[in-house]
Amino acid sequence: MPAFPEAARTATRDAQLRHNLRKATHTIRDKRDAVVAELDDWSRLRAAGKAIKDRTLRHLDHYLERLEESVTAAGGTVHWAADAAEANAIVTGLVRATGERDVVKVKSMATQEIELNEALAEAGITAYETDLAELIVQLSEDLPSHILVPAIHRNRAEIREIFRDRMAAWGVPAPDDLGDDPRALAEAARVHLRERFLRTRVAVSGANFAVADTGTLVVLESEGNGRMCLTLPRTLISVVGIEKVVPTWSDLEVFLQLLPRSSTGERMNPYTSTWTGVTPGDGPQEFHLVLLDNGRTDVLADTVGRQALRCIRCSACLNICPVYERAGGHAYGSVYPGPIGAILTPQLRGTGSAADAALPYASSLCGACYEVCPVAIDIPEVLVHLREEVAARPGHLGEKAAMGAAGWVFEGERRLGAAQRAVSAARSLVPRRLPGPGAAWTDTRDIPPIPEESFRSWWRREGRHGRAETDAPAPGQVRRERPEQSEQAERSERPEQSERGEDGRR
Amino acid sequence: MRIALFITCVNDTLYPRTGQAVVRLLRRLGHEVVFPESQTCCGQMHYNTGYRREAQRLAVRFVETFADADAVLAPSGSCAAMVRDNYPRLGEPGSRLDRAVADLAPRVYDLSELLVDVLGVTDVGAYFPHTVTYHPTCHGLRLLKLGDRPYRLLREVRGIDLRELPGAAECCGFGGTFAVKNPDVSAAMGSDKARNVAATGAEVLCAVDNSCLMHIGGTLERGRTGVKAVHLAEILASTEQEPARL
Repeated sequence: MPAFPEAARTATRDAQLRHNLRKATHTIRDKRDAVVAELDDWSRLRAAGKAIKDRTLRHLDHYLERLEESVTAAGGTVHWAADAAEANAIVTGLVRATGERDVVKVKSMATQEIELNEALAEAGITAYETDLAELIVQLSEDLPSHILVPAIHRNRAEIREIFRDRMAAWGVPAPDDLGDDPRALAEAARVHLRERFLRTRVAVSGANFAVADTGTLVVLESEGNGRMCLTLPRTLISVVGIEKVVPTWSDLEVFLQLLPRSSTGERMNPYTSTWTGVTPGDGPQEFHLVLLDNGRTDVLADTVGRQALRCIRCSACLNICPVYERAGGHAYGSVYPGPIGAILTPQLRGTGSAADAALPYASSLCGACYEVCPVAIDIPEVLVHLREEVAARPGHLGEKAAMGAAGWVFEGERRLGAAQRAVSAARSLVPRRLPGPGAAWTDTRDIPPIPEESFRSWWRREGRHGRAETDAPAPGQVRRERPEQSEQAERSERPEQSERGEDGRR
Repeated sequence: MRIALFITCVNDTLYPRTGQAVVRLLRRLGHEVVFPESQTCCGQMHYNTGYRREAQRLAVRFVETFADADAVLAPSGSCAAMVRDNYPRLGEPGSRLDRAVADLAPRVYDLSELLVDVLGVTDVGAYFPHTVTYHPTCHGLRLLKLGDRPYRLLREVRGIDLRELPGAAECCGFGGTFAVKNPDVSAAMGSDKARNVAATGAEVLCAVDNSCLMHIGGTLERGRTGVKAVHLAEILASTEQEPARL
């Protein structure tokens, strides 16, 4: 997997992809803006979501033990998985014990994170994705490129081709005369999937939330495929990250408002399914909960980085991010793309590889992701924090030297003045196309003309000799709108300050 | 009022016109301006790239330079935001740096804040007979929360024809070292921004940050659009007697 800058280069040059991404992200972000604006208590909901998550994370051990007790009391079985390999082994063992070779899946980031489908395939078990977009991705042997809309990079014409060419190999084929209007495509998927739901006896899901108090798991989805998977099969196995726990149902209520509005731009999502253990004669008769760590406790140990664990996977940050919009999800080289991926992936996997070390830099720090995040994850803060970690590693000699040199120049105004004079003296020699790292700049942009003289030099020669046109502000001209400024204004009138010459602090 | 200028390293070296415009404007409004010469750079580039120690040293220099200033004007949204938003993260809680930052940061202003909030003016007596579109810049918009202050100032400029910029809130793609580390994405963002600017039909792109203007302006120049990138200070300093050179 190439590092982000290289992977993004391909994407930025793919006009079709750029068009698809732009259209999709702008549609979702406009819908989100509209439904969030409807609520006058959005900022308080956001603060509540943040506070609940923070409190739960602070006492995570307590709530996880409580969850285990409740799930067990309701007739479920809880398994603890330290990493991906352990989680995959547990799930594979559970499926094998049923004697089945097929499982249906509810769209789940956790199972993608641990590459469960691949692990099951190695054990001779086929996992069938039932979410429409995941189905498209699976049929085309592609990778998801968005948390919420995994096939965001595909348009209708492409989807029609995928259905026509690939459905038959996986089950019920697409009709011969399949068109590319959404209704026809949805109907083809419906027919293809229905047969699968009715035949398969084991389901694997994730969960958006797990309520510690009652041992209830919650999935929010839009198509009803999730509810089919959660109710029809005999055995249900849910793989859930340990950060998904919430203490009570009243905590859940906050997230059931935050999540749909932030992710799909809906007031309420079409399907909210909750399940608690097993009920004789109704729904799956066997239920397993696999609680997944896979790096999460390490993230928890980092006081700045741990806020990433608040994430409810709404993908609002992806939809607003100008970098994601141009680079697409695949460039992030992880199941978690976009701004949240840029902080979550290097925390879960570490910054050891070149690809993971590049992720914290895959942002212009514009701050739109923080503004839009329903649980107020300060993504720019964590990005900078992770950049410090990357910069402290061995290597980056050129960059370290450049930063050191710039730091040295800036640590003395005389050095800075000398450097400026050197730049000004060489102004006629600067070529239109720069060599080295500067080439990245001059490939697409003109560099500004270098001035004859720096401000500093102009100030010494001429600027400092000027005087205000009037000695004091006209009455009423200084208006203080903020209370703290009246104190400053008082200080400014103290004689020793107003008498100080312009060169006083040289 | 006596105003200390923090001209910022980019403005000082590459855009002295911005600082000169600020000096002219503030003197015209009847204020005293000083330029403490021990200033250099706020350390934003170091901080944002992950070089915290270097940024800390520059923060120490900044707070020492401006410790006794009544008001510090930084005609750069991102540098003002660096001081106000990121300096408080640089010093250990309770350290000398931390206390100095807590004392100084609230007195550091962007140009539009200084004029509107502190000096209480929106009509600065400017004359600028050109079509202008305004890019709010990410730091101005989201960290400093400048809101409509720059527009309030621009609307009072005589002769100006203000045009709304489509997708104004979107980042231009400069992002300091982002432009060098991720050149393709940065250029793609810049070209989209430049296209939106050109679509307004404006002669002038205005912003409060020369770094963003350098990026978008450089893209506009390369595209031979004829649109000029101009800092807000230069528009506000422009008068009939002394019009800004485009």
